[in-house]
Amino acid sequence: MPSLKDLKNRIVSVKNTRKITKAMQMVAAAKLRRAQESAEAARPYAERMNAVMSSLASAVGSTEGAPRLLAGTGSDKVHLLVVMTGERGLCGGFNANIAKLAKAKANELLAAGKTVKILTVGKKGRDALRRDLGQYYIDHIDLSEVKKLSYPVAQKIAQNILDRFDAGEYDVATIFFSTFESVISQVPTAKQVIPAQFETEAASASAVYDYEPGDQEILTALLPRAVATAIFAALLENNASFNGAQMSAMDNATRNAGDMIDRLTIEFNRSRQAAITKELIEIISGAEAL
Amino acid sequence: MADTMQFDLVSPERKLASVQAREVRLPGVEGDLTAMPGHAPVILSLRPGILTVVSAEGTADYAVTGGFAEVSGDKVTVLAERGLTKAELTAAVHAEMLAEAKKVADAAHPTVADAAAKMLADMEALGTHINL
Repeated sequence: MPSLKDLKNRIVSVKNTRKITKAMQMVAAAKLRRAQESAEAARPYAERMNAVMSSLASAVGSTEGAPRLLAGTGSDKVHLLVVMTGERGLCGGFNANIAKLAKAKANELLAAGKTVKILTVGKKGRDALRRDLGQYYIDHIDLSEVKKLSYPVAQKIAQNILDRFDAGEYDVATIFFSTFESVISQVPTAKQVIPAQFETEAASASAVYDYEPGDQEILTALLPRAVATAIFAALLENNASFNGAQMSAMDNATRNAGDMIDRLTIEFNRSRQAAITKELIEIISGAEAL
Repeated sequence: MADTMQFDLVSPERKLASVQAREVRLPGVEGDLTAMPGHAPVILSLRPGILTVVSAEGTADYAVTGGFAEVSGDKVTVLAERGLTKAELTAAVHAEMLAEAKKVADAAHPTVADAAAKMLADMEALGTHINL
């Protein structure tokens, strides 16, 4: 049986924890709103980009000498997995879910006899994947210094990936991130970016464009940008997901802390009452003995 | 035929403009192009330069640093690598962009050195154009 003082201390400490989780929840909520806004703002660009790319890709893609970024290297031996996670924890299963998906994919590819290389963006994913798949790990892009996710950040990541592609380090690149569905639901997602894939349904309607300079030149100039755009979109989705996950995790933590305080308070009151009763019994039996 | 068309200017981070325009002057890589309602569909690459929109509210200038434009009969969509309104393009911002272009041009692989040098020249021209 803990003493009254111990109980008191525990209640105070849980109360402090609740204050912190409450504050974190509110910060995450504010950040989430901003993250959603920037994801929203980036959407028109990504949509137009996709539409143009798919019409271009259907016009040029099937011809001889299509760019390698679109047509692929002709093999699929070496896979690059770009795993994008958060820089920080305290966000429920967010980082673990992405890492789990990436790990499952890596194991599947390994079982099929392919070579796997892993590049991580975000500290948490690196820590998780290094433990299990350390020998396939090749590089890490650190975003802990980045205050605000901007397009140049995505370009830097894309450049790193494209340089490796040009150097022939891999054939297929897939990015892993979390799609933001709602505050309580974030879906880990895998998306292949190299060779690029576009939905072709919209293509037929808009296939009558003239291209200036040529369609090949435009396609070659646009493909790296499409990769950067895909990564930028993924980063923003991830950011929104992270804050959403953190918000609901902290909401849970705050509620749990509240329950715990209630329980401890009841226990505290009971033991106080017990101590008083005991003292009374002692006094009364002392008086009776006289 | 309608005498205006939908004009959208978007960069990866935000939507800069969405207006009904009478004409749009685009800085294409192979020369400037003015798109008016009913223009034949074309997709063109842009060089760093000034993009001018003429609408009912007047004329607005935007600085774009590359990207591409999609023109069809009743709408023009510009996907700019980086887009700024003219007020945002100060001497400091321009100097920074110039420095970046210079760095790229210096580090460029011989095969793309021409393109990088042209980019740099375009950036400089952009500066003189707005009297910095």
